[in-house]
Amino acid sequence: MRDIGHDFLAQSLGKVIPLRPSLPEMTLKGVQYRASNQVQIDIPSLSISGRGISVILGPNGAGKSLLIRLMHGLISPHAGQVTYEGLPVSGKGRARQAMVFQKPVLLRRSVAANLKFALKFGDTPKSQFDDRIGALLELSGLADKKNQAARSLSGGEEQCLALACALARSPKILFLDEPTSSLDPNATHRIEAILHHASVLGVRIVMVSHSMAQAERLADEVLFISGGKLRDRLKVKEFFNGPTSLEAHTFLSGRLVP
Amino acid sequence: MTDFGDSLQLAMGLILSGDESLWAIVFLSLKVSLTAVAIAGLIGMPFGAFLAVMRFPGRGALVVVVNALMGLPPVVVGLSVYLMLSASGPFGVLQLLYTPSAMIVAQVLLVLPIVAALSRQVVEELYGEYREQFLSLGVAGLRTIPTLLWEGRFGLMTALLAGVGRAIAEVGAVMIVGGNINHVTRVMTTTIALETSKGDLGMALALGVVLIVLAISINAAMSLAARSSARYAYA
Repeated sequence: MRDIGHDFLAQSLGKVIPLRPSLPEMTLKGVQYRASNQVQIDIPSLSISGRGISVILGPNGAGKSLLIRLMHGLISPHAGQVTYEGLPVSGKGRARQAMVFQKPVLLRRSVAANLKFALKFGDTPKSQFDDRIGALLELSGLADKKNQAARSLSGGEEQCLALACALARSPKILFLDEPTSSLDPNATHRIEAILHHASVLGVRIVMVSHSMAQAERLADEVLFISGGKLRDRLKVKEFFNGPTSLEAHTFLSGRLVP
Repeated sequence: MTDFGDSLQLAMGLILSGDESLWAIVFLSLKVSLTAVAIAGLIGMPFGAFLAVMRFPGRGALVVVVNALMGLPPVVVGLSVYLMLSASGPFGVLQLLYTPSAMIVAQVLLVLPIVAALSRQVVEELYGEYREQFLSLGVAGLRTIPTLLWEGRFGLMTALLAGVGRAIAEVGAVMIVGGNINHVTRVMTTTIALETSKGDLGMALALGVVLIVLAISINAAMSLAARSSARYAYA
């Protein structure tokens, strides 16, 4: 993957993400999720709104992936409610949201056909498909590979394409589940650069990460969870300077979180 | 066994000389079986995908039944179709008994469970991979089926192949509903049975050879096509 011009990225993104006056508003109230009779997630109250990048940190099994799946409405809570702009998040509430998974999920088709598929279920008029696909190809750095089979791409390229597919829906809020966990520094850099510019354009980003370095580079705020509970929510600087919860403190000092 | 050698020689002679009645039989076999598989595919693949994607009460039982029907005995299917199509049966007015159409109907019933059960398996596996992504895009339920069928096109090819194998090699059902009438409903397998009982082993063996060669060629052609395009799509 070649070096990326940031102006260029911002430009291609500008063609995909429209300027919007309103920012997203997501609220979790009394949300509980159970699996095999154990409470996996227990969030009495949490709201995500405005601009910025929130990174969810926490040890393995803390419930990070469950939490963003609940937010995105892929799973339903056993108690409580997740609302997005006043609507329950399942069904219609999920429009204007997108998600990128840890392992890129791509169709057995060409790169361009994957983007087209994502556009088809959004509300882009058909006449603008070609322009959009062009911009998304530039954004993901795959313009010269648009006819290649998507699943023959490298891991980094696959994830860039998955991110482009997610952005194709011009989401107001974008969820990512450890998108760079198996990528090399170059690919990670490109993904982070795209996320940064998307955030500048007003896309709210909520990302699960394992990498504290990534959180420091990218995040505006950190949500630290362990044992299914939100332990800390702090601006990124404050978090790394000294989190308030014992759990986050233990986690940062590299010991086992109770 | 010298008989076998002689018969084989006779068989080669018949095949190479382009014996007209032999080729008419081969052609009818192909027409009946491929049409049956095409119809079974059009119904069975979406139905299999439906079973894979949808959740409804009784789904588990239905899957078990479809799986079990893969081993449906051809004679039983033949008999059932015979009863339906016979003059006193509910579809007697159509006067389909002892026509190639009746044979196609019987083979569709034989092939359908195979195509449906194997399609369900292929699609269910894919659905596991794509479910969350589709949900995230706001695509759920029946709307995922066309996409899943296209994504599973290479695996589904195998399901169709299994159907072709079943249809073309089957003798019981076409014998009962077709009646093995010369120049009308005589296909390879029924001819082989007939010629063997008549003692004309040459003709029987010639058809046997053609049947096997055809089965291998169809399989080879389809899997070659599937494999090269699968490699292209990195499926």
